[in-house]
Amino acid sequence: MTANRAFPDPRDGISRREALRRTGVGAAALMAGAARADAPAAPPAATARSVIQVFLWGGMSHSDTWDPKPDAGYDYTGTFNKAIKTNVDGILLSDLFPMLAKQADKFSLIRGMTHGNNGHETAAYLMQTGHMPGERLAYPAIGAVFALFKGYQAGYKGLIPPYVVLTRPQGRFSESGFLGSKFKPFATGGDPNAPRFEVEGVVARGITDQRQAARRDLLNEMNVLAGATPDHPELAHSRECREQAYNLILGEGKDVFDLSKEDPKLRDRYGRHTFGQSCLVARRLVEAGVPYVTINYPGGWDTHSNHFATMSRQCPQLDQGLATLLQDLHDRGLLESTIVWCCGEFGRTPKVDWQPPWNGGRNHFGKVFTVLVAGGGFKGGRVVGATDDKGEEIKERPVYPIDLLGSIYRLAGIDPDAKLPHPLGYDARVLASTEAGAKTAGLLTEIM
Amino acid sequence: MNACQVSVWAAMVAAVVGAEERPPLRAIYEDPTLDPPLTEIDRRVYPELEPLGIRPKLCSDAVFIRRLFLDAAGVLPSAADAAAFLADTNANKRAIWIDRVLDRPEFADYWAMKWSDLLRVKAEFPVNLWPNAAQAFHRWIRESLRANKPYDQFVREMLVTNGSNFRVGPVNFYRAVQNRNPEGWATAVALIFMGTRVEHWPSHRLAGMSMVFTELSIKPTKEWKEEIVFWDPDLPAKVAATGGAAVVAGPRVAEFPDGTKVELRGDRDPREILADWLITPTNQWFATVMANRVWSWLLGRGIVHEPDDFRPDNPPSNPALLEYLRAEFVAQKFDVKHLFRLILNSRTWQHSSVATADELAKAEGTFAFYPMRRLEAEVLIDAINKVTGSTELYTSPIPEPFTFVPETKSAVALPDGSITSPFLELFGRPARATGMENERSNRPIPAQWMHLLNSSHIQQKIQASATIAAIAQPNRKLPEIAEDIYLLVLSRRPTAPEIERLAAYEQKGVVRGRDLWNDIVWALINTDEFLYRH
Repeated sequence: MTANRAFPDPRDGISRREALRRTGVGAAALMAGAARADAPAAPPAATARSVIQVFLWGGMSHSDTWDPKPDAGYDYTGTFNKAIKTNVDGILLSDLFPMLAKQADKFSLIRGMTHGNNGHETAAYLMQTGHMPGERLAYPAIGAVFALFKGYQAGYKGLIPPYVVLTRPQGRFSESGFLGSKFKPFATGGDPNAPRFEVEGVVARGITDQRQAARRDLLNEMNVLAGATPDHPELAHSRECREQAYNLILGEGKDVFDLSKEDPKLRDRYGRHTFGQSCLVARRLVEAGVPYVTINYPGGWDTHSNHFATMSRQCPQLDQGLATLLQDLHDRGLLESTIVWCCGEFGRTPKVDWQPPWNGGRNHFGKVFTVLVAGGGFKGGRVVGATDDKGEEIKERPVYPIDLLGSIYRLAGIDPDAKLPHPLGYDARVLASTEAGAKTAGLLTEIM
Repeated sequence: MNACQVSVWAAMVAAVVGAEERPPLRAIYEDPTLDPPLTEIDRRVYPELEPLGIRPKLCSDAVFIRRLFLDAAGVLPSAADAAAFLADTNANKRAIWIDRVLDRPEFADYWAMKWSDLLRVKAEFPVNLWPNAAQAFHRWIRESLRANKPYDQFVREMLVTNGSNFRVGPVNFYRAVQNRNPEGWATAVALIFMGTRVEHWPSHRLAGMSMVFTELSIKPTKEWKEEIVFWDPDLPAKVAATGGAAVVAGPRVAEFPDGTKVELRGDRDPREILADWLITPTNQWFATVMANRVWSWLLGRGIVHEPDDFRPDNPPSNPALLEYLRAEFVAQKFDVKHLFRLILNSRTWQHSSVATADELAKAEGTFAFYPMRRLEAEVLIDAINKVTGSTELYTSPIPEPFTFVPETKSAVALPDGSITSPFLELFGRPARATGMENERSNRPIPAQWMHLLNSSHIQQKIQASATIAAIAQPNRKLPEIAEDIYLLVLSRRPTAPEIERLAAYEQKGVVRGRDLWNDIVWALINTDEFLYRH
């Protein structure tokens, strides 16, 4: 494909930037090329069966992590002024990510991610729905769209709901939007790093299986309204829901959450912390066929103050969990069919705010940040786009939310222009259209 | 469920109950001996039932008192109220208790919740009222309902008032839309007060109606997020001057949906002209739509269904009934409680809910059976809290620092859609995005049942319940405790077979002491009788 030829593989020995300079091709021309390659006659076959989204609520700094600027000076780097080489020539990461550095051939980095929105709720909505906040409709997040197109209506038969959140929902916007509660994520609650992962509604505290079964019989006997009107459609539906719930509570379905079935050494490699063990649960869910898993990072990245200490504490856990997840998915042959993507709702100001009350913090920055993508048809070992030497401006290849989400949908075989069932029959589509003013610079064809 | 499963289920229930020598289960729920005279409402409903061969039975006293509290006030009756009603020997006791419940403060809380759904009372996303304004709007709504403000006055205040969003509650009507522009406001008025969806209007009609909002302006003040809603007759000229809209030559004319045209001369707030047109006994939408809404709230289905979808090709299922309600509403000067009283006193609202699938299919749209509906998220968690004597944490993340609500607050009384809990979200509390009645979904999904059956959240409430501890004292006998527990949870006394079943569970020995009653309360909370209006 033309787009791929225009974006040479960094492993070929020249960087993308160098290639652009040599050929004199500007980003605009490349985008036009990408856009052309973007409209094939027939949609390509889906390569992604499942998605794991790691969401870094609050917005992780890009310049301290996956788009390091070690030479930008102390006012920009603070104490984080070291970048390290990865197993792919030409890709550098901050030294907070030594384990991911060994997996760089498995993921790609989108360094020109942009939407310009600096509000948590609105930016999070934008990044996960692909629609502008403030429109008339509240759109569903990508996970709910997967639950619609890859869930029970599409032949999914698993006991585990098709859209799972580890461990808590975001709470600041409705993941299911106008699709309604049927498409809300199933949030596990509990802590996968605890001795027993108590999944809310599935694994109850202090109730033995014997007592569960006895209580179920008791309930059936005492449910006399259902007995008085045995084929009432409302109560028949209630009974179906109860049976499905019990399939999970008393059946084998819950084993997917039982981490004691894993090799303790592998558990150690994921990291004995909530995030690491969440990654392991996510892998087990994907193995069980769950189409969409979101891990909401168990800690905030909204580091207006105390930035450097928070990053020093959280980045190593993110590094360990994510790197082991990629390696483990790869070892089991699951990476080819599983998209992993990781980012927050925005980045953070590359220039450190040393003034009180921040005293060395970074603020919201929707202008540019980095997204990590891997697997499911995304190539590894690439970098898309570049920022200037301070990480403040995009120098080439911006990527807008609909470009990123559209690429994920494409790889999963979901038509971004497909109609969503709005209760009033409004014309609502999976993604906003460019005709309606959504910004785009083309799908990520260079890494697909 | 297929026919085979149904018969297995029926056989199982019959085996447990020992159907031959005992009264049928439906005797708990309906009372065939009751035969009060037909009300005016029933006179318009029953002629539809006769050709179908349906002779409706009325619900039992136990069902009545529970249904009354839940439908009129969104709360469970206390065990004491349930017992008092059952013991009441006054022949007229149903009418007396209807008046009593309509006077309770929970009536205002519950219907303020309903109106807050329709009027989208929410601090942030997708409607952005901001917390102070959401509180002011809710306070005004609740106070209006508490005082039983006539409906025409209630609506007029929203339509024509000017002032600060923090200080004058009703002005927030114009702020609680996603599109704060003339089309957005016209769309909201059409939906909420005319029960019509502009999607079904001919294209020019929205533009004609929107004209009345072209002089409505909203401006900020020096206080953070405070805004003034006011009439600005110069606004059209200002908008034209800044290139916002083409200058229209000639007189500015608004056209209402019935074709009435009015010229806007700048000497009177056009919203008052709208209110004068809309809020009259003769307006074809205003009184009819509200009468139909109240009916749909209490009977689960509008005479025009859905209640906010009036259009020529969606006629009422019973025109005479709708016309009667409209005429009563107008004759009583838009007294909303009068409508409630009329409907609650009808035989129709007091029908039994026990019906077979065949009967329900045959009787669709005729109101022959009271419709079973799962309790709304807020009503359900309040009911569970009442039974267990526990409370709930409600918070709003908007703005930081987060809002926390006193623990004694009921979910129904929460003033702002942004203040919430995981339970409310799971059980289908609406996002307050559209003002549509169908935005709230009470249809169960398996994840909700998992939560009720097996979550630490519910289990904890039961285990830690001081209310249950006070009833299930070790020195009391099982039948005594069972009676109090049933009154508390199901608002009725247990039958003899039910007490035998509890005794059998005790005999099984799976659990002992307090845990026995924890399991029984857990089971009762998970019965359809608890979870559904019935």
